[in-house]
Amino acid sequence: MAILTLETATFQERSTSLKRFIVKDAVFKNLTFAAALLVLSILFGVFLSLIIGAWPAFQTFGLEFLTSQSWNPVTEKFGALAPIYGTIVTSLIAMGIAVPVGIGIAIFITELCPPSLRKPIAIAIELLAGIPSIIYGIWGLFVFAPFLQSHVQPAIISLFSGVPFLNDLFAGPPYGIGMFTAGLILAIMVIPFISSISRDVFETTPSVLKESTYALGATTWEVIWNVVLPYSRAGVLGGVMLGLGRALGETMAVTFVIGNAHKIAASIMAPGTTISATIANEFTEAVGDLYTSALIALGFILFVITFIVLAIARYMLSRLEVKTR
Amino acid sequence: MTMYTRRLTKNRIWLGLSMGAAAFGLLWLVLILGTLIWNGVAGLDVTVFTRMTPPPGGTGGLLNPIIGSLIMTVLAILIGTPVGVLAGTYMAEYGRYARLTFIVRFINDILLSAPSIIVGLFIYEIIVVPMGHFSGFAGAIALAVIVIPVVVRTTEDMLLLVPNTMREAAAALGSPRSFLIQRVIYRAARAGIITGILLAVARISGETAPLLFTALNNQFWNVNLNAPMPSLPVVIFQFALSPYEDWQRLAWTGALIITVAVLSLSILARALTAKGVER
Repeated sequence: MAILTLETATFQERSTSLKRFIVKDAVFKNLTFAAALLVLSILFGVFLSLIIGAWPAFQTFGLEFLTSQSWNPVTEKFGALAPIYGTIVTSLIAMGIAVPVGIGIAIFITELCPPSLRKPIAIAIELLAGIPSIIYGIWGLFVFAPFLQSHVQPAIISLFSGVPFLNDLFAGPPYGIGMFTAGLILAIMVIPFISSISRDVFETTPSVLKESTYALGATTWEVIWNVVLPYSRAGVLGGVMLGLGRALGETMAVTFVIGNAHKIAASIMAPGTTISATIANEFTEAVGDLYTSALIALGFILFVITFIVLAIARYMLSRLEVKTR
Repeated sequence: MTMYTRRLTKNRIWLGLSMGAAAFGLLWLVLILGTLIWNGVAGLDVTVFTRMTPPPGGTGGLLNPIIGSLIMTVLAILIGTPVGVLAGTYMAEYGRYARLTFIVRFINDILLSAPSIIVGLFIYEIIVVPMGHFSGFAGAIALAVIVIPVVVRTTEDMLLLVPNTMREAAAALGSPRSFLIQRVIYRAARAGIITGILLAVARISGETAPLLFTALNNQFWNVNLNAPMPSLPVVIFQFALSPYEDWQRLAWTGALIITVAVLSLSILARALTAKGVER
């Protein structure tokens, strides 16, 4: 009899604790599920809030917002063409420099560098990506721009002064600040992104492929050009798109050195503006709902552009992950 | 034979160029850190950490923005980490093969590199406008939105590294799923998850753009989360672009402090993963 009550007691204890665990399990599972949904809802929240905020501007200006380059807070006439142009030009300058340099660094680290130096150099390059963008900004404004103004820009301007087309592209005077300087600083910021992803994908090239090409008598460069690069093309492209996404959206570094001029100049030496720099500079000072709305509309355009670029980047990189598995 | 020499020359030129690219990359790191130390150390003394930001022409330090940055960073981590860890747990444990996981991973990766100024606009729309004023709270939420994708990514990666045999062993002992995850899996992946949090701290301590129109700035001592709050990056932005030399000098010092903090955090995070996770 005594044994039986004891057994019932343990049984009851067990079933209550089991029930407790069932509840705990359900709660925890649903919590994690809710958190995962929250991540999704952040993205939709961003889209939705930007659309709502930008609505007055889109309603007032329509498609003209994308094609007009006037930006006049007094008469409340706003067009996004100049910032969009500046964003694209600075990013193109940055990618033009960062893509070859980034891939070059990756080649150096994976194929040429003595193994003992590999890690330190890779970490040093990645530290460049860790430096906050405001540091690039203050350095660009006080150190890099004056240096370009006194040493580099005059030389470039006089070098191309006689050449048709190029003399417009590199027309003076040398301000120091401007789209050229912003593009160069963006290039420095983007290099580590491209080089570290390229390095990762270069390392996935099977050694058998490389070794057999060497055995056929190929030089190191021929192995890189004919085996490593074709094999890792998608991944490198993903890295480049990721870098482009960063360059398009970078704010602080550009804001310091772009010059904030709402005009489209033929010369890349001239001051300009980008979408993010315009928002950073003018948002807190914007008076009137239409002005604020126009700035949010700029933000919406930037978000759409970077979303597309980053989606392509992730698509390229995810295909790669499937391949290496 | 000429063909052969041509190939060799081409080889040498291209390899030389890639070596040059590496030197070019390292050069910038040295130049930036060099000028930063050169300009920042000059103004670095105790008063920087003990006095408030000065009016133009006065003397002072960076105490209030440093405290503001610390408060907002801690708050952002406290808000962002649980969400990130839980979402990462869903992706690696409950929904490892679910369609939702693929979508969340894709979206999360995009959020990870989305322009931070957009986050500032988003928080402005959903918090600053309804509240009617800028606040340290809004700044912390904006930073939390940046923390979440970083933590989600590292948590998922680290949980996936935990061997399945460990899950099976714990399940065979009769432990329920939630118990198994909290007591076994989290412990096994602890170093990795902490690394993710450190990386998130490093990421947000230098963020300026999302704070510009959420936390705004404040020249005075403020620990009230309901009022505009100063932060180190925003003060650097304001001081560097000012015409006053004392302000510019303080901006350099602040820049040095941030960079040292951020770089040592990311090196610490790296050391932690190197030790904690055997690859």
